[in-house]
Amino acid sequence: MTDKQFITIDGNEAAAYVMYRVNEVCAIYPITPSSNMGEWADEWASKGYKNIWGNIPTVCEMQSEGGAAGAVHGSLQAGALTTTFTASQGLLLKIPNMYKIAGELTPTVFNITARSLATHALSIFGDHSDIMAARGTGFAFLGAASVQEVMDFALISQAATLESRIPMLHFFDGFRTSHEVAKIEVIPDSIMREMIDEDLVIAHRNRSLNPDNPVLRGTAQNPDVFFQNRETNNKYYKACPAIVQKQMDKFAKLTGRQYKIYEYEGDPNAENVIILMGSGCETVRETVKYLNANGGKTGVLKVRLYRPFDIQLFMEALPASTKYISVLDRTKEPGATGEPLYLDVVNALFEGLQSGFGSLKSMPKILTGRYGLSSKEFTPAMVKSVFDNAVNSNAKNHFTVGIIDDVNFTSLDVDHNFDIEGTSVFRALFYGLGSDGTVGANKNSIKIIGENTNNYAQGYFVYDSKKAGALTVSHLRFGPEPIRSPYLIRKANFVGVHQTVFLEKFDLVNNLVDGGVFLINSPLPTNDVWNSLPKSQQKLIIDKKVKLFAIDAQSVAEASGMGRRINTVMQVCFFAISGVLPKEEAINEIKNSIKKTYGKKGEAIVNMNIKAVDNTLEHLHEIKVPESVTSDYEIKPPVPENAPEFVKNVIGKIIAGYGDDIPVSAFPQDGTWPTDTARWERRNIALSIPVWDPDTCTQCGKCAMVCPHATIRIKVYDEKHLENAPETFKYTEAKDKTWKVDNLKYTIQVAPEDCTGCGACVEVCPAKNKSNVSLRAINMQPQIPLREPEAKNWDFFLSIPDMDRTKINVNQIRLQQLQRPLFEFSGACSGCGETPYVKLVSQLFGDRAVIANATGCSSIYGGNLPTTPWAKDANGRGPAWSNSLFEDNAEFGLGYKLAIDKQEEVAKHLLEFFRNEIGSELVDALMSADQKDEIGIAAQRERVAKVKEIMNGINSPDSKRLLAVADYLVKKSVWIIGGDGWAYDIGFGGLDHVIASGKNVNILILDTEVYSNTGGQTSKATPMSAVAKFSAGGKPTGKKDLGAMAMSYGNVYVASVAMGAKDDQTLKAFLEAEAYDGPSIIIAYSHCIAHGIDMSRPFGRHKLAVDSGQWLLYRYNPVNATEGKNPLTLDSKEPKIPVRDYLSTEGRFQMLMKANPPMADKLFKMNQELINERFRKYKYMAEQGGKEQTPAENQ
Amino acid sequence: MDLKTKYMGMTLKSPLVVSASPLSKNIDGIKKIEDADASALVMYSVFEEQIEHEQKELHYHTTVGTDSFAESLSYFPQVEDFNLGPDQYLELIRKAKESVEIPVIASINGKTLGGWTEFAKLMQDAGADGIELNIYNIPTDLNQSSQELENKYLDILKAVKSNVSIPVALKVSPFFTNFAYMAKKFDEAGADSLVLFNRFYQPDINLEELEVEPHIILSNPTDLRLPMRWIAILKGRIFADLAATSGIHYGEDVIKMLLVGANVTMLCSTLLRYGVDYIKDIKEEVIEWMTTHEYESVMQLQGSMSQLNVADPSSFERAQYMKALNNYVLNY
Repeated sequence: MTDKQFITIDGNEAAAYVMYRVNEVCAIYPITPSSNMGEWADEWASKGYKNIWGNIPTVCEMQSEGGAAGAVHGSLQAGALTTTFTASQGLLLKIPNMYKIAGELTPTVFNITARSLATHALSIFGDHSDIMAARGTGFAFLGAASVQEVMDFALISQAATLESRIPMLHFFDGFRTSHEVAKIEVIPDSIMREMIDEDLVIAHRNRSLNPDNPVLRGTAQNPDVFFQNRETNNKYYKACPAIVQKQMDKFAKLTGRQYKIYEYEGDPNAENVIILMGSGCETVRETVKYLNANGGKTGVLKVRLYRPFDIQLFMEALPASTKYISVLDRTKEPGATGEPLYLDVVNALFEGLQSGFGSLKSMPKILTGRYGLSSKEFTPAMVKSVFDNAVNSNAKNHFTVGIIDDVNFTSLDVDHNFDIEGTSVFRALFYGLGSDGTVGANKNSIKIIGENTNNYAQGYFVYDSKKAGALTVSHLRFGPEPIRSPYLIRKANFVGVHQTVFLEKFDLVNNLVDGGVFLINSPLPTNDVWNSLPKSQQKLIIDKKVKLFAIDAQSVAEASGMGRRINTVMQVCFFAISGVLPKEEAINEIKNSIKKTYGKKGEAIVNMNIKAVDNTLEHLHEIKVPESVTSDYEIKPPVPENAPEFVKNVIGKIIAGYGDDIPVSAFPQDGTWPTDTARWERRNIALSIPVWDPDTCTQCGKCAMVCPHATIRIKVYDEKHLENAPETFKYTEAKDKTWKVDNLKYTIQVAPEDCTGCGACVEVCPAKNKSNVSLRAINMQPQIPLREPEAKNWDFFLSIPDMDRTKINVNQIRLQQLQRPLFEFSGACSGCGETPYVKLVSQLFGDRAVIANATGCSSIYGGNLPTTPWAKDANGRGPAWSNSLFEDNAEFGLGYKLAIDKQEEVAKHLLEFFRNEIGSELVDALMSADQKDEIGIAAQRERVAKVKEIMNGINSPDSKRLLAVADYLVKKSVWIIGGDGWAYDIGFGGLDHVIASGKNVNILILDTEVYSNTGGQTSKATPMSAVAKFSAGGKPTGKKDLGAMAMSYGNVYVASVAMGAKDDQTLKAFLEAEAYDGPSIIIAYSHCIAHGIDMSRPFGRHKLAVDSGQWLLYRYNPVNATEGKNPLTLDSKEPKIPVRDYLSTEGRFQMLMKANPPMADKLFKMNQELINERFRKYKYMAEQGGKEQTPAENQ
Repeated sequence: MDLKTKYMGMTLKSPLVVSASPLSKNIDGIKKIEDADASALVMYSVFEEQIEHEQKELHYHTTVGTDSFAESLSYFPQVEDFNLGPDQYLELIRKAKESVEIPVIASINGKTLGGWTEFAKLMQDAGADGIELNIYNIPTDLNQSSQELENKYLDILKAVKSNVSIPVALKVSPFFTNFAYMAKKFDEAGADSLVLFNRFYQPDINLEELEVEPHIILSNPTDLRLPMRWIAILKGRIFADLAATSGIHYGEDVIKMLLVGANVTMLCSTLLRYGVDYIKDIKEEVIEWMTTHEYESVMQLQGSMSQLNVADPSSFERAQYMKALNNYVLNY
């Protein structure tokens, strides 16, 4: 046995660490929460790290998980040791190949971060529904319960698959294990070499497809032989469990860590046993230990090898004394007689007893329940309730634990005060803002403690569903023994509140143990901090005898050059007052860690962090806690009192952090969720907000157009509406000549509590103050002093009626922007580049839009709970929205269109049927209505209303049918929206088919040039030379010209737009696309936080991209071709700056310039050549005459 | 003709040195400078901002938005080694030293006392024959006294000097209350040479955008008058060498500077205008003038018209001004 080496890593890295070393090819595709494994592999390969044979594994990103599985299959067939990583829907897409791989007895390991499958809703979090969906593939299933096990089982899987020839699915719980940071023993390469039998590797190679020794696989077989051929591999499955156990035993000899495929822990004479898989095993194990120490007779049987299920070994693991078994499944299989593990256990017990396996003599009482779906907490208290239920004479079966089921009454009661955490483990909770570096600092603290002391450490991080202003909660444990508590901290010795705004919203002191330490980062003078706390928090601090500390971390950070990142400051505070390490030692370690972490980024970064460390202690103060409460305010309700009931009772609770307490009865049963809810969640995350200067304003509307969160609104209205205007409400004369005649008033109003403070509006404002050119018509000012008056102004502004849509000229931005956005206050990143386009769709067509949204950023900020940004107008109309999958969005949207057309057809048929009752004039008008503009739409709505009125007077089945479909006589606008990962890669086949269908659908591609939602992985839209994940060395190939491909059909409207470069071209393209009676596709340049840019000045990027020719502006309108004109209009001018001048301003390209300057030079030059050639081609096409350039005409 | 001169302890084959400019941005440019017969080169400047702010900018860009959202905890792969601007600069020094034989003087440009001054040591380690420290500071703080400002210059110079053993030239502007006093102070603080003078690039206004824009205007020959006067005044009064820069466009300009006492003349604008090979023309012009006027060596004429050596020292002072004005009026 070699000396033990420890590292502090998360589950994903632990899996990748081994897999990278024992494989030759990795075929990858990003999907949460597994993406990091592929990212690690790609990074290591780009850095030249080698596997145990001294080679650099080849890492290949594919266009989808299905593609990755195909590549894995091929690579295995061709003889390379090959692996892949995935989760959830990604695993589903791999299933067809998994059947093949297993059917061909091919050794491989698929590493799965087990995650919920999308059903009534998508969830990125962990459960076993994905792996259970793959249980029939013929793969072996080995489940790891902890980060240590992930590393160990990855190697055991590889060794076992080579010997057994059964492909292995190595799984561990998404997020809970994949993202838990823990101190673990690392497996040295020498042990990996000992575990991997070279003869078996050679045997794998010898089975490969090789023209020097050719064989054929993938035959088609007939009824005469398929069946018996399928039975030939049974012996491999029978042998597999023993092989896995053999490898576990071998591993134990090498490392000292012994595992069993069915591992029992607990009282040898236990009567009450829980059986389960995954991270929950650790929780049950801890609880069993606690209960048994207090007189209990309980045990846990950890199922590690789920497939092939070995009944004999399973039975042998169970104590003879077992009387009660509760099988816990982390999945739900509706309609089944039980969830999968339960059914396997029941069968195993039945067959096992029949066969006389093991020591158990009679069938125990077997119960089953579901727990932990979508990473629902699974705590010792819940474990106890399961044990208690088993012995209860009225025990529930097919129960649930961890929720309140007040509909089906399946849930077990849980005593949440049951706590087994001892005093030897130090527990700390940190509440931070996403952008402040809290999580990074905590990960660093774990490393410091884990790698510099004998203590073990664990970190788990909880993020909220917003991308801007997100709350992060870090759960850290430190202790002398390995930490095996895969559940959140309920009571901590230390709570750090890194942003004061959280104190206004959440009850945080409650999470402290009595006598715990509470640290607040507050901008207030130390003496004022106490009075700034809400009443309830003050009372708890007094009652719990809390030690209270405060620091103005922001000021310290800024003075040290750290900007808003208070990570280092707060980290020093933690070590200074928590007592987890001696202060001096901790500070030295922080400094060492800073040098190690930031050294490669330059001395300046190291110095500013060191400076922050040195500056912190003198600003950290203990606050003497008074004996009585002095505060005069309480934590604010999460939503206003006037919010609708559902918003208050459900959404409000989720916002407040009590979502776990909401019972089953509160929820819709089919995944339906109300729209128009974001406006109730006033998040107050902006440090500064825009303030309008009416005197400077030219009323161009650009600020409203670009506002990513729809928090800048324009209204033009009659003076009479100003009657009750608040004192500070601003307005001026409306300048447009069409408004002047009516003496209308004009207001630009900001929603102060919804604005994220990005500043994009200021960037695009073209008007400058005549007396001070640093000021524009929109200027940022601190939010706090403005919050109250502007909130009143905003409420008043909302009370002013919107302008009648039929009176708005939509062809000019300054007028069009009067249209009310029906997409508002989304959870997108501050300064997001996608949402202005989405909002524009909602303004122009939202009251009749049906939206199909591909999974990705836009589906998350568009549909992630608690609140959603899709809104309704004053008439209650607004976009209807849904997300199907990532890969099928175009087809999903086409389905909308098919249904809409069919219902319109039915309605028209029924109109004819009721011609006499309705009247020919109205029927003809309805049938031939011109709905090209708002006037036409409004007129048709009136006609439909008349038809409905008439139908309501006729009580017949046909009149009811017409009433059900009459609304489809008003033109619907189908929008298919998604990012480039969908459109260029995984969904391209579907997208291609849909545009080829000729159907009138509108496709909006929010092209951020990477997979933004999963953290910036390369897509085929990624431009040459950009550094992105999976292109760590800079993307060597150019961006796919999707527009050119779409244009090749001839009958597809295609536009390429960049709002910040030419906003009127953007507007024109959206109008033309929707007006075109056929498929339309708009490719929209969308700046992104993943570009490494200043998100407060994002629209300048559009201009540079266009000026350099990197991004072309054009519109290809087939209508022009029918009029004999050239359909292509090139809206870009000749590139006027070298592309380098654009590229060198963005982090994604700068990274290559800094990491590999010669490669940057080479790729920049190649990129310039591509740009020149592309412009020449488009220019040539745009300059040609009309008819001969029209493919449709050529046919 | 013996064109040799001495500069900061080095013997140069001529006084024609290429000053910090984009001409030395890459190794090809540096080789061309040597091929064009320059006697030494001052490399383009690495800025304090590059050393610190570039790192911070990249750090910001690669960390912004991280650890905020469960699906995207980062947006970029971790790069093992960044070749930041200063690293590239050091690499260029190394390559230059391998590729050319003429002395290579590294240039560092800053205005505040900070960690960046330690970068001079790395320049030395990379093989630089000397450092040109360019303090480019436009004081705008109404509360900063001239004394404080002057001390800051000296502190920066001392900080750089303390980090290196190779010679350090100091390039400064003439805008001091008493430049002569400052020159003496710089001399005492250990400057091995004074490079006179820095030209402050004045911004322009874009009338359409109402924005202040950078606007670089290359020097013209009249710009040489200011450094010429000060070199004349300082020659022989301080120990530091004197390098002339600004407005040296032709051979005659070089001669004038040498006459007042410059050890070397720095060429930039003229090479940007006419190409680096124009050094050869200037050299020919210098030789031709010296031949015509029967000089044997540069050292012979160096300083022969400094203030100490001219018949009427006041000609470099106020009297000359009165004379000039009078002449101007008369001519008018």
